[in-house]
Amino acid sequence: MIRINCPYCGERDHSEFSYGGDATINYPSLDASEKEWTQAIFFRKNIKGFQFETWHHSNGCRMWLVVERSTVTHEIKSVKPCHPDLQKVVENNK
Amino acid sequence: MTKFNAWNVIKNGLNGQSYWTRQWRDPEPKSIYDVVIIGGGLHGLATAYYLAKNHNIKNVAVLEKGWIGGGNAGRNTTIVRSNYMMPGNHEFYEHSLKLWENLSHELNYNVMFSQRAHVSLFHSPGAKDSVSRIYNIMRLHGTDAELWDLKTLMKKIPHLNYHNSRFPILGAAVQKRAGNARHDAVAWGYARAADTLGVDILQNCEVTGFTRKNGNIESIQTSRGIIKGKKIGFAVAGNTSVLWQMAELGNLPIESHKLQAFVSEAVKPLLDQVVVYGVGGAHFYISQSDKGSMVFGGDLDWYKSYAQRGNLPMVQDVAEAAMAIFPSLGRIRLLRHWAGVMDMTMDGSFFICKTPISNLYLNAGWNYGGFKASPASGWYFADLISNESPHNYVQNHNLERFEKGINIDERGAGPDPKLHG
Repeated sequence: MIRINCPYCGERDHSEFSYGGDATINYPSLDASEKEWTQAIFFRKNIKGFQFETWHHSNGCRMWLVVERSTVTHEIKSVKPCHPDLQKVVENNK
Repeated sequence: MTKFNAWNVIKNGLNGQSYWTRQWRDPEPKSIYDVVIIGGGLHGLATAYYLAKNHNIKNVAVLEKGWIGGGNAGRNTTIVRSNYMMPGNHEFYEHSLKLWENLSHELNYNVMFSQRAHVSLFHSPGAKDSVSRIYNIMRLHGTDAELWDLKTLMKKIPHLNYHNSRFPILGAAVQKRAGNARHDAVAWGYARAADTLGVDILQNCEVTGFTRKNGNIESIQTSRGIIKGKKIGFAVAGNTSVLWQMAELGNLPIESHKLQAFVSEAVKPLLDQVVVYGVGGAHFYISQSDKGSMVFGGDLDWYKSYAQRGNLPMVQDVAEAAMAIFPSLGRIRLLRHWAGVMDMTMDGSFFICKTPISNLYLNAGWNYGGFKASPASGWYFADLISNESPHNYVQNHNLERFEKGINIDERGAGPDPKLHG
C-alpha cells in the first residue's frame, strides 16, 4: 500500500485516490502542429525512477495533487496541490 | 540436442535418464551477429526461431538480462485466445492461435496447449449486444465464436453464482478453440528449438548502452562485453521505454504498469474452461492449471510502476470478484501471487515496426495480451526484420498511427494507457 500525505486531509491509503498520470505534460497552443499535439497527447517519458504525477483524492477532499514518486520503489518525496495558487495557500498556512 | 520421441523416452527410461543432452547451449558471445534480439522472453525467442526457420537467418543472438522464462514469460495467466475485432488485430491473433494449435509439434516440445474454451460472461442486454457484434465480426473472418444461452452455460459450468441480482449472468460469449498453455514450456521450447537451428541464447547479458555510427546502432554494450549486430530488434516489453531512451530516441506512446496474477493451492478438477467476468469496474479471469491450482488475475494496479510486485487493494479487488462469481472458492488458500510489468500503450494495441534508426526494429506494447501473441509476434517480427517491410496484418502497428489518426483501439478507451485492459 502506498501512503499519500494529502496536504488537506493528512496521510491516507492510496486506495482513497485515483491515479491521473504524467504531471509534466505541457499542452501546446491550439494552432500548434499535429506533430506537437501528437507528442503531447500520445507520447510519454515513462520514467523509471522519480517522476511527477497527478493523483485525485477522489474518496477524500476531491482535490487534484501532484505527487513526486519513484516508479521503482514507490517512495514518495513530495505531495502538493496541482494548482500553483493553491500551492502558495498551503505553503502560507504551514 | 536429443529429440523428444517415444523411442528416446523408452531408451532413457532404461538407462537411468542419463543420455539426455542439455536443452540449449550456453555459448560465449560472438563479436558480430546478423541479427541481435534484445529480450529473451517469449517474443524474442520466437523471433529468433522464426528468423532461423522461415528466413534462414541463423547467425542470431538473443540477449537476456536475467534467465529464460524469468520475466513476463513466467508472469502471466497463460490464456490463449483470438477474440479481437479491429482490422489487423483479428488476422494477427487468429494466425497466432493457428500457430499455437501446432506449436508442440513444431517445437518438438509439449507446450501443453489445451483448447478448453474461453468463456466470457455477460450480464446485461447491452453487454450481450456489444459482445455479439465482436463475435460476429470474428465469425465473418473465419474465427470460431459462439454465444451460449443461460441454459447451456449452466450445464457446462454449473457452479458459477447464478443468483447475483445486481449482475445476473445472462449467458456467455465463447471461443472454443481458445484455452491456455504452459508458459514455461513455451519459453523453453522456443529456446531449445532456436538453439538447435544455431541461435545463440545469451543469458545474464544485460544491455547497458549503444554506440551510434552514421545514424545506425553500430554496437551494443552489455554486461558480457561489446556485441555487434547488423540488425537489432527490441523485444523487452515492460522496459521498452528504458531501452528506447538508452538509444536516445525520445518518448514512446507507452506507460509501464504492473498487473498481478494469483495461484491457489491445488484442488480436484473444478473448472474445465477459462472464465472471464467483467462488470461494474471489476475484471476477473480464471482457469485451472493441470496441477489443479486455480490461476486467476484481475486489473492493473492503476498507477504507473516498474516494480514487479503488486499492491494489496488489488488483491482484495480480485478476491471480491472471485467471490462474486465463484463462491465455492471462498475457503481456498492462495499459494503465491506476483506482478509483471506491462507495456500499456495509448490505444491498447501493439507495435511491430521500424524505428527512426535504420537498423533497429521494435516489438513492444503488448498490454495484457503478450502471452497468446508470442508465436505470431515472433513470426511477423522476424518477417519485418528479414524483409524490411511490414506484413499487411501489422502495417498499421507502428508509431506513426497516432499522428495519422488510425489508432487501433479495441476498447475505444482513448489515450489513457491504464484503461486498455
